[in-house]
Amino acid sequence: MAESIFALDSFWLSLILKLVAVVAFFLVAPLIAGYQEHKVMAFMQNRLGPMEAGPFGALQLVADGIKFIQKEDIIPAAADKRVFSAAPGVVLIPTLIMIAVLPLSPGGFAEDLDVGIFFALAVSSVGVVGVMMAAWASASKYSLIGGIREAAQLIAYEIPLFIAAAAVVMQAGTMSLVGIVNAQADFTAFGIPVPYAVPQAIGLVIFGIAALAELNRPPFDMPIADSEVIAGHMTEYSGLRFAFFLLTEFGGMVVYSALMVVLFLGGWNIWPGVPLPDNAILANLIGFGVSMVKILGLVFVMTWLRSTYPRLREDQLQRFAWTVMIPLAILQLIVTAIGKVIA
Amino acid sequence: MGLEMADIFMLVVLVLAGAASVFVVVNKNVVHSALSLVVVMLGVAGAFLLMGAEFLAWTQVLVYAGAVIVLILFGLMLTRAPIGPMREDSENARLAFGVSVALFGFLMSLIIVSFNGVELNLSVTPTIALAEFLYVEWAFPLLAMGFLLTVALVGAVIIARAEEGEGPLPDDEDFIDSGEAPPIRSGDSVAEPGYSIPSTETAPVVASGRGGQ
Repeated sequence: MAESIFALDSFWLSLILKLVAVVAFFLVAPLIAGYQEHKVMAFMQNRLGPMEAGPFGALQLVADGIKFIQKEDIIPAAADKRVFSAAPGVVLIPTLIMIAVLPLSPGGFAEDLDVGIFFALAVSSVGVVGVMMAAWASASKYSLIGGIREAAQLIAYEIPLFIAAAAVVMQAGTMSLVGIVNAQADFTAFGIPVPYAVPQAIGLVIFGIAALAELNRPPFDMPIADSEVIAGHMTEYSGLRFAFFLLTEFGGMVVYSALMVVLFLGGWNIWPGVPLPDNAILANLIGFGVSMVKILGLVFVMTWLRSTYPRLREDQLQRFAWTVMIPLAILQLIVTAIGKVIA
Repeated sequence: MGLEMADIFMLVVLVLAGAASVFVVVNKNVVHSALSLVVVMLGVAGAFLLMGAEFLAWTQVLVYAGAVIVLILFGLMLTRAPIGPMREDSENARLAFGVSVALFGFLMSLIIVSFNGVELNLSVTPTIALAEFLYVEWAFPLLAMGFLLTVALVGAVIIARAEEGEGPLPDDEDFIDSGEAPPIRSGDSVAEPGYSIPSTETAPVVASGRGGQ
């Protein structure tokens, strides 16, 4: 197993360093992704986007955060107060925990678990419980309907997500995320070094679409469709708790993009077959930079899809998951298995 | 030091899971019970983790905390789950209590008889060893289980599927039920039916925004 740069002789110091790194990434990366989304959407819609706070509006999300902290934390009179207050935390924590296994550079991860990808996807599935808590405890019809839609959507799209990931695991022969990146580093298809995006092209598309649905990103934002259910499970929230939901959404975008980078796009390597420099510090810095560029590239694609496609209707969304996504994901799995046996 | 630390963690996890499981039963609100069940499931996963069964622990999180609980909550919210306490006590509470205590005693005695004095190997099982065990040594039973589950799934779909002509919606994807058109009576102006018949209660609903846009 590879060694993390945070692994030190002292167990507690190493643990604290890892926790600080994870939390720092969780707080900073969503701001970058969110600013990029603001600017890219503005560009696509022929406007300027945020311009006032900081240079070119770069501190807009920081200003938003300060505004959210100042706002009153309103709990509806009819709400179930304890569940209502706890829900944003239950939504946020799984995304935070998933960061612990994301490898962003040869040593840039908190833990290299033997069951890495399985761990990340298993933990992410707990976030739904928080959404359902928020939906029910708000005592609002909009919240409840949004929550029920969301639960149905997440259950439907989790299956193709897992099957697509399983095909990659089969190809790499390991569930460790670091192991998957290393397996991709010397992978060749017909003698040409390529990332898994080539043999797993269907899987990449399936995983990307399912990730959009898991994150409630347009065009899969039926559970929080503003014209029908206002903001779904977030309708009754205000102030810092609402900011938690927003932070989780942007954080989730970064985390799922990072998973796609690791599974399909070669992780921290610029291209399979192109090694990073031997110097450990330099390799980690370049690797981190490459990972971030790839992650922000995928966030850009998500934003692009958001400003391009109209929202799917609930029945179209379910039919698409069960009759298109799952069979295609299984096809990818079968193709991968055949390729493994022949090779 | 390592073992003692693990013992403390184990104790904390088990006490938490035990308290949550009591909460599941005594709670007056079904949704609160379901949410306590999440804590119980996570507690069990934590116990698996501390005993070195890493893969089993995350499977527990994925299947129970992530999927089964969501289905339970989904079912509760679709049917009835008012906020606040509600009387849902069964008349069989005493009987259920007796059966539970008897079952608990039986299982505990079985576990104590079989595992008393057995030293457990607490090191983490590598997933690859687990895979070889399942897919090489026990491949046939695994296939049999998979077949059984597939049969059960297909059977469930067949039972749940609506009979011919019973379905709520025809297969046509673009079908939108906008209700019956109001009857046009003699003497009414038919130029603008939507506005000229104010007396009818079943005025035509304009099916706008079919995609919810």
